[in-house]
Amino acid sequence: MSTMGGLSQMKLAVNFLTIGLVILSLPCGSYTEIPPKPPGSVTVLPPVKPAGGPQAFPDAENSNLPVFTMDYARIQVPFEVTLWVLLASFAKIGFHVYHKITFWVPESCLLISIGLIVGAIMHSVHEEPPAVLSYNVFFLFMLPPIVLESGYFMPTRPFFENVGTVLWFAVVGTLWNSIGIGMSLYAVCQIEAFEVQDINLQENMLFAAIISAVDPVAVLSVFEDVSVNEQLYIVVFGECLFNDAVTVVLYNMFIFVADMPVVEPVDVFLGVARFFVVGLGGMGFGVIFGFVASFTTRFTSNVREIEPLFIFMYSYLAYLVAELFSISSIMAIVTCALTMKYYVEENVSQRSCTTIRHVVKMLGTISETLIFFFLGVVTITTEHEWNWGYIMFTLLLALVWRGLGVLVLTQIINPFRTIPFNFKDQFILGYGGLRGAISFALVFTLPDSIGRKKLFLTTTICMIMFTVFIQGISIRPLIEFINVRRTNRNLETINVEIHSRLIEHTIAGVEDLCGQWSHYYWKDKFLKFNNRILRKILIRDNRAESSIVALYKKLELQNAMEILDTVSGDINAGSSIVSLHEEKKGSGKPKRKFVAADLMNMHDILSKNMYKIRQRTTAYTTKHSLPNDSRTKEILIRRHTSIRRSLRPGSFNGPNEAKSQKYFSLPPGKSLDSKFPPQRLRHTGNDDDETMSEMDYTSARSRFNQPSRSSSRAMLPLRRLNTLKEVPSSSVVDLVDEMSGGRGAWGRGMSRLNSSSSDSRIPAPRRHHDPSNGPDNGSSGDHGSGDNGPEGEQQPLSPTPAWAAEPGDRDDSGTQKPLLRPQWKTRKP
Amino acid sequence: MGALQSLSDEPEYRELAEKTGFSFEQIGILHKRFKQLSHNEDMLRRADLNTIPDLACNPIRTQIIEAFFDKRNFHQNGDGTVEEISFEEFLVVMSHFRPPALNMTEEQREKVRREKLRFLFNMHDTDNDGTITLEEYRHVVEELLSRSGALGKETAKGIADAAMLEVASISMGHMEPDEFYEGITFEHFLKILKDIEIETKMNIRFLNMDTTTLCNRDSSSIR
Repeated sequence: MSTMGGLSQMKLAVNFLTIGLVILSLPCGSYTEIPPKPPGSVTVLPPVKPAGGPQAFPDAENSNLPVFTMDYARIQVPFEVTLWVLLASFAKIGFHVYHKITFWVPESCLLISIGLIVGAIMHSVHEEPPAVLSYNVFFLFMLPPIVLESGYFMPTRPFFENVGTVLWFAVVGTLWNSIGIGMSLYAVCQIEAFEVQDINLQENMLFAAIISAVDPVAVLSVFEDVSVNEQLYIVVFGECLFNDAVTVVLYNMFIFVADMPVVEPVDVFLGVARFFVVGLGGMGFGVIFGFVASFTTRFTSNVREIEPLFIFMYSYLAYLVAELFSISSIMAIVTCALTMKYYVEENVSQRSCTTIRHVVKMLGTISETLIFFFLGVVTITTEHEWNWGYIMFTLLLALVWRGLGVLVLTQIINPFRTIPFNFKDQFILGYGGLRGAISFALVFTLPDSIGRKKLFLTTTICMIMFTVFIQGISIRPLIEFINVRRTNRNLETINVEIHSRLIEHTIAGVEDLCGQWSHYYWKDKFLKFNNRILRKILIRDNRAESSIVALYKKLELQNAMEILDTVSGDINAGSSIVSLHEEKKGSGKPKRKFVAADLMNMHDILSKNMYKIRQRTTAYTTKHSLPNDSRTKEILIRRHTSIRRSLRPGSFNGPNEAKSQKYFSLPPGKSLDSKFPPQRLRHTGNDDDETMSEMDYTSARSRFNQPSRSSSRAMLPLRRLNTLKEVPSSSVVDLVDEMSGGRGAWGRGMSRLNSSSSDSRIPAPRRHHDPSNGPDNGSSGDHGSGDNGPEGEQQPLSPTPAWAAEPGDRDDSGTQKPLLRPQWKTRKP
Repeated sequence: MGALQSLSDEPEYRELAEKTGFSFEQIGILHKRFKQLSHNEDMLRRADLNTIPDLACNPIRTQIIEAFFDKRNFHQNGDGTVEEISFEEFLVVMSHFRPPALNMTEEQREKVRREKLRFLFNMHDTDNDGTITLEEYRHVVEELLSRSGALGKETAKGIADAAMLEVASISMGHMEPDEFYEGITFEHFLKILKDIEIETKMNIRFLNMDTTTLCNRDSSSIR
């Protein structure tokens, strides 16, 4: 089942890849020299030029139908793009064959190295790299995936806890760097020995803006590996994200300014104003599109297969619209992703959610990989203008200003932080300012009107090489050497979650109590607003969900999956039946056989019903739609497997049970009177409390992931027999008879799980089976007695009808299902 | 305590500052707030805290308020609850939320950790018996989830049970079926929360400037 899910996910991912490529390659046609033969005919666009026909038959003099033709020009652009992507991806695979390489050397270094090699090869055969990386291609197609990825995977909670610092570093820090480096470079340019006096202030500022875009992917992956403390991580993460936005704004501004002959003071003022308009406008657009996207996904429950598309389209739309008004498109797409993530992930199905994450990640990685790869190639294949003085001073100044900036900015921000940055943090923060893909792409796409473009390109490449190779490689040993404070960031226990919530609430409470407020106060207020208004509008099934519950569900699901993974192999192993029988004999009570056969029958039916559902689900996957609700069924089946497993001989006290089912380590029914483990194990349990909580929980989960009602019903253990209740009683009886007629090994195998489950796990005796109670099973309503001892074994004495009646009184204990009673009576021997 | 009435009473403040680690400004602000809450009385009662409007929405309001009247949080020996607290005790309880110093040795850090966790533990352990029983745990989880709307009590129960089992499996390792886990002791509590960086989380940035009036205006305008 899981492989199937994976497959369909992959299929979808591949589809997206194709679409992405087509989109990517579309403009390449128009921006390169190749005559625009629409590559879109692959899937998306109709063939635009029917006039391309003659090209398919190049030799006109030959009137015969050509048997074999080739038309490379037609496919050249998408073909080459595909090959480039493929090559870069192969490189990525290659690095991970020997994982120690990526441990010590950041991936970006390796990519650049591979690019260098490829560039060398291309240079030696005098091949030009495809000119795909133009200004428009970069800004319209390569940048959005990168920033969408960072925006979407931004850890929301720590981000908002540190939002002030993040923005402080991103905005003020970048401004500081750009202006500082620009000014001092201009000063350096005045030194005659370097022969760069022709670079004016505007160009220097433009270059400085480019060079101050930090891109610490490599650093972040190191941070993740050594689990550096959360505050540092999020500041570096957020800084690289928002400083892209700032850089691009500055870049566009300075490109404009660089063309101006004279810069007047009013222009500076306008520039500042524009800066804010651009930034805040982008944010506004992002928020709007984010909310629209969330609102849209409210209604996509019936079109699960295109659900992920909305996320991409809306974020891309936000980006494009922002571009249209030339406000910060990065800001727009990032805020869009941040805004919608929370709501969308609650609205869409689990599968769509996974797909979204995968595709976002994939597109971002491809883009970045390509840029780094390209950087390597371009380093070799373009002409450089080498100027020792300028390059060295740039390197030096970038380092110095970055260091100074971090020192000064932390001094200012520290008094406002609950956890101030200490010196080690500051050092790593300053040292982690690697330059990367964005800088390169920006400088590569500089307009040719900039006189010293080649020098800028060379300097930027040097800068990237220096930071990525030297700083990138040395940062891991450095972090370990100076022993930066670390946080364990993968805490996934319920206790930790409960207590973090408890702490948060306590702090918010005490803050209220002492009449002071900080971000907990605002967080509290926002949460209230969110729960009261936003969620109602944006989320289909609006019920506020605590993160404790979410984690609980997640852990339960994980647990269930684990169990399936460990035992999935032997669903119909015949030997287990034998062992079951032996186990039963061992406990030495009469009538055991009866019970077993009886239960086998009923579970035969159950499993058959279930299996049908499964088959239908499988059938769906072959069509165009995705299976919407297979996951719940998966869980159901997994639960069965888990029950079966727990019933294997020897597994009751065996160590393997404790190992795989970590929540079951307490025996059910002990004085802890924890109803939790039994509730998970016996879904036919008739304790009211358990059934209630089970129902609550399952329905809650189904609401969360699979809002369709039918699926939730399928998952509710109590309602499994619905199909039977719906059919006329006679046919039920027939069915039952047929079932009891004995089925194949498979049926038994499946049935065994349930039969055994109920016979050991269902605690309370089924009184209505007692002959003394007669046909009236009304007394079964009081079976809520909590003892779940082994005497559960003494249950059904009478054959099938006993079982048929059960769901009725289990559903709502005590009240009888009128439909079932006649059945009971007729079948009473 | 009458001496505390005047803000300029330095020796009194100095003693408190030494005891709790707050700065004079912080003490001054907190004292102002204390008097505001207690309606210019010397002693603060539960009823005073119950009327704070901002606190009304807090799901664990009762636990928080109880913590202020719990003798165990006063850095003194003895347990049980009191009916009213003085400013000094108010300040001592508040000092549990003081952010740690920038440079701490490992021992100091561990001490701060234990203190903060002790505070949390005491919030759970309502009957002062040194263990968090399942009932107590359940109660807290129910309260925590009580604002989540549709979630039934049963879910909360289930989660508390699961959490308890988790504690049992973490702290006791593999248990025999007939073993019984009575409750979480403080040692186990430390163990299960060892990954959580409480010294960086359970902090309030006590302000050095006075925002009480601002805050109150703000909160009254919201309501």
